[in-house]
Amino acid sequence: MNLEIKRIETDFLIIGGGAAGCYAALTFCRESDENVLIIEKADIVRSGCLAAGVNAINAYIAPGRTAQDYVDYAKADADGIVRGDLLLTMSERLNKTVKEIEKLGLTILKDKKGDYVTRGNRNIKINGENIKPIIARAVLEEPRVTVLNRVNAFEYIIDGNRIAGVYAFGVDHNVLYVISAKAVLCATGGAAGLYKPNHPSFSAHKMWYPPFNTGAGYAMGILAGAEMTTFEMRFIALRCKDTIAPTGTIAQGVGAKQINALGEVYEHKYGLTTSQRLHGTVVENLEGRGPCYLKTVGISKQQDEDLQKAYLNMAPSQTLRWIESGKTPSVENVEIEGTEPYIVGGHTASGYWVSTDRETTIKGLFAAGDVAGGCPQKYVSGAFAEGEIAAKASLKYIYDRRIEIDEGDIDKRKKQLEGFLNRTDSAYTVDQLECSMQDIMDKYAGGISMHYRYSDKSLKTANEKIIELEEKAKTLSARDMQELVYVFELLERLTVCKSVIAHLAARKETRWNSFAEHTDYPTKSNEWVKYINSRLENGEIRIIYRSIVEEGNIYEH
Amino acid sequence: MSIEIIKDKCIGCGRCFKVCPGTLISLGSDGKAEIKRPERCWGCTSCLKECPVQAIEMFLGEDIGGLGGRLTVCREQHLLHWKVRLPDGKETTITVDSRNSNKY
Ligand SMILES: Cc1cc2nc3c(=O)[nH]c(=O)nc-3n(C[C@H](O)[C@H](O)[C@H](O)COP(=O)(O)OP(=O)(O)OC[C@H]3O[C@@H](n4cnc5c(N)ncnc54)[C@H](O)[C@@H]3O)c2cc1C
Ligand code: SF4
Ligand code: SF4
Repeated sequence: MNLEIKRIETDFLIIGGGAAGCYAALTFCRESDENVLIIEKADIVRSGCLAAGVNAINAYIAPGRTAQDYVDYAKADADGIVRGDLLLTMSERLNKTVKEIEKLGLTILKDKKGDYVTRGNRNIKINGENIKPIIARAVLEEPRVTVLNRVNAFEYIIDGNRIAGVYAFGVDHNVLYVISAKAVLCATGGAAGLYKPNHPSFSAHKMWYPPFNTGAGYAMGILAGAEMTTFEMRFIALRCKDTIAPTGTIAQGVGAKQINALGEVYEHKYGLTTSQRLHGTVVENLEGRGPCYLKTVGISKQQDEDLQKAYLNMAPSQTLRWIESGKTPSVENVEIEGTEPYIVGGHTASGYWVSTDRETTIKGLFAAGDVAGGCPQKYVSGAFAEGEIAAKASLKYIYDRRIEIDEGDIDKRKKQLEGFLNRTDSAYTVDQLECSMQDIMDKYAGGISMHYRYSDKSLKTANEKIIELEEKAKTLSARDMQELVYVFELLERLTVCKSVIAHLAARKETRWNSFAEHTDYPTKSNEWVKYINSRLENGEIRIIYRSIVEEGNIYEH
Repeated sequence: MSIEIIKDKCIGCGRCFKVCPGTLISLGSDGKAEIKRPERCWGCTSCLKECPVQAIEMFLGEDIGGLGGRLTVCREQHLLHWKVRLPDGKETTITVDSRNSNKY
């Protein structure tokens, strides 16, 4: 197969048209007369985390609360390992972004006075089934935004330490794209599928995080030498068993407590941070008091029906489960389980090390949303807020001279892709290597089967085995462009796995049980109140320690 | 977790191809939609909501305790009519109005 080369020039390039990417495009159009290009591997109408819908706006400053309250909450939840500057600049924008999305058509629950109905201090209730089509429609109406759907980014074009654009290829057409831009925003989301999932066979993709967000942005950054932060703070979700549907709607909506098989409420025994709630469930199971549940038996008929409706707006499989089994939440408690670990900077703090302006350590390259580090508990409104900050900051590069792209480099990328497409004798398939990778991560880097624990020894084994897999992955073949996407998704995940392993090994303490539980160092220590960052230098991952940045400060590289 | 495309119902309009966040659906040689790798489905129901003739059904795989129920959805302006059909033919419909927020 021969690939056609297409060259495109734009001013501001956005990679990934999800929550952060779409919001950034809208902001950019308001602030500047220049052009924007979004490239998206699926179609922005329903791509990314928001495909099925969301159940609430999880990051919002309720009346009487301040942005600083939100910072304090997120800081406590992550036990101090957050960037205060990033959290504060995000929190200050949360409510404004929600107003904007409401103007575009999002339904938000209001009281008689017309104020939003809040759920606790940080949540508002919405009908989020169509949140993605709503924002996508607004983007498509902007005349200065061009959207290239079904185009998969795979490598940055860098000149010295300055971004020049990106290489991408068609998901269903034989084209290598060479895209040149003056400023670039990476908004490709986090990484799912690194670890063996809850149900590794037919329903392997019934996971919490979208299986199509495979860590492309992290991998491209790592390989380009960008500094990354806090990959050791993995995110593991506590979810409804089997359907992996969210539990928050039940827990907060009808006040259901976490109980063990003996009917005892156990959550207070372990603490109420995100990682402690999960860890408590793991320990209850290990000590023979599992399985664990959300206590829903006894809720009213109305509540039962409302829950079934609410889940249709964000996790329809849970409603299907309730109806087909006849065991609706008022009849049977909802069993809960931990998922496999994900790397997702919108929930925990893993991702690009960015300035307060969300610029990465590569000049002109910005990061927002789940791909950006240091700023956990962003959720959808935080992804919007970061998209806005990054889009505004990108303006300073828009009048720069365009960087020439080396013809020899383009030819090399073309040959690399055609290599996979024209090979017919590969000894392996992507699926085999993917299973193998997930198995290695599960057993040696703290997956579900190891109760999320690992040791220095096991991590060393994990690293060796992942490196072996990487060699095998270079010999894969792809019959068409969609299969080429699968090959690159695997390569990206392997790159991310190596960084995760290096970070887990570097934090020689246990600050967050389950999220990063190191059996050689089972307690936490003040000495580790610092960031663990990393950068690829001459093919080796170099660990960099950095001291905590508080809110109120501006951080520049 | 996956979907099935009921070929007899499909009119080949292509709306489902466009929205799948995993680009899993394509046009088969018979001019109808097909999903080559059903095990790669995330279960987001984006394709179900787009299909004008309810030719796409979602089910829970047996490995996650599926009992053979089939979920379809029909859009009528602001309303989504979700229907679960059980193996014994019994049907349950729940209608959600996008102008109303979740209670929780
Ligand atoms: C199941 C689920 C439920 C959630 N529920 C809620 C909720 O109720 N409330 C709430 O506030 N938050 C919720 N969140 C969190 C929120 O959805 C995310 O934090 C937010 O969408 C992150 O935005 P993002 O732009 O970083 O990622 P995404 O919105 O996922 O966007 C990333 C985009 O990049 C594209 N992409 C990836 N790789 C490439 C590539 N190589 N080339 C081109 N494009 C690429 C993807 O297709 C995708 O469109 C939920 C998340 C999930 C997964
Ligand atoms: S349910 Fe979602 S992931 Fe599955 S085929 Fe339909 S659109 Fe694609
Ligand atoms: S949307 Fe429905 S009718 Fe149209 S191609 Fe898809 S399955 Fe067929």
